[in-house]
Amino acid sequence: MKLKIISGICLLLAVLIWSCQSEQAIEFDRYYSSGMGVYQTHCLNCHGAEGQGLAQLIPPLTDTVLLKKNKNSLPCIIKNGLINKITVSGKLYDGTMPPVALSPIEIAQVLTYVGNSFGNKLGLVNTDDVIAYVNNCKN
Amino acid sequence: MKQLTCVFLLVLLLGACKLNTHKTLPIYGNRQAVNKIVNGQTITDTLYQTIPAFKFVNQYGDSISSKALDNHIYVADFFFTSCPSICPVMQRNMLNVYNAYKDTADVKIISYTIDPKYDSVPVLKKYADKLGISGNTWWFLRGDKDAVYDLAAKSYLVGVSQDSTAAGGYVHQGYFVLVDKQKRVRGSYDGTDPKQVDQLIADIKTLKEEPIKQ
Repeated sequence: MKLKIISGICLLLAVLIWSCQSEQAIEFDRYYSSGMGVYQTHCLNCHGAEGQGLAQLIPPLTDTVLLKKNKNSLPCIIKNGLINKITVSGKLYDGTMPPVALSPIEIAQVLTYVGNSFGNKLGLVNTDDVIAYVNNCKN
Repeated sequence: MKQLTCVFLLVLLLGACKLNTHKTLPIYGNRQAVNKIVNGQTITDTLYQTIPAFKFVNQYGDSISSKALDNHIYVADFFFTSCPSICPVMQRNMLNVYNAYKDTADVKIISYTIDPKYDSVPVLKKYADKLGISGNTWWFLRGDKDAVYDLAAKSYLVGVSQDSTAAGGYVHQGYFVLVDKQKRVRGSYDGTDPKQVDQLIADIKTLKEEPIKQ
């Protein structure tokens, strides 16, 4: 009897905590899981399932410092591709990345996924920010 | 004691059975029956489809004829260095084949470029270097475009074509084709699927153990 009451209370608490999950956290989960799908369709072939890249042909997405530092230019790199040489995890890459035709919301989703996978912890990247960045792309 | 001996013998027998069942890989392509005379007697033999002779250039600028592949088991695929779609995942998987057999003298990997205009010898060399490929286990071959497309379609049975609407300008299938020492196709694997590539690595071993029929 006592056990039943305790487990009942526990269940109630769990439900309470679950429903208390903030709006932001729910949005994060939504972006992250959609972003995983976008990544698998548009990025995985080159950058790999673990974001490991390919030898010295394609850079990995595991350089957390680089991604954090360039967080604001990532939407433009996806939209317009990358021609310039880039140093990732101490290795030079001089190939080109083709532009990827994605909508702002897809860019936000895939950046939320990449930005919180492979060791990265960038948090939610929202669509409004992406729109603002892609309107000011330098390349 | 007698019973124990019986059980022991039975286990030994079963074990022997298992050892003798070698898996044989199928032989692909057209075949025809031919009559030939051996020691004055006419016998019927099967003539299998083989990869015809070719002469291309590898990433080191060396001229490579199909003779260089005599008595070699090899894996062939078709790619181009500026390929934005399935090539990276194919090469990632082919690296597993390379790492498994790079120290084995009679196993090779041949990647034919389907864009010889852009993929010059220096471009292929740079590509190989960046993939971390050295030595003569894995050759990137460049040759007459029509000859390569012909080989792909008629001999390796891999679809390739030029298509200006496709990303990168070319379309090709991602098959890895396994060829035996007599230049017969013995297997075809989806190079974008790591599981099938593991099967290929296992099948090369099976092929190596196959006795050569004279």
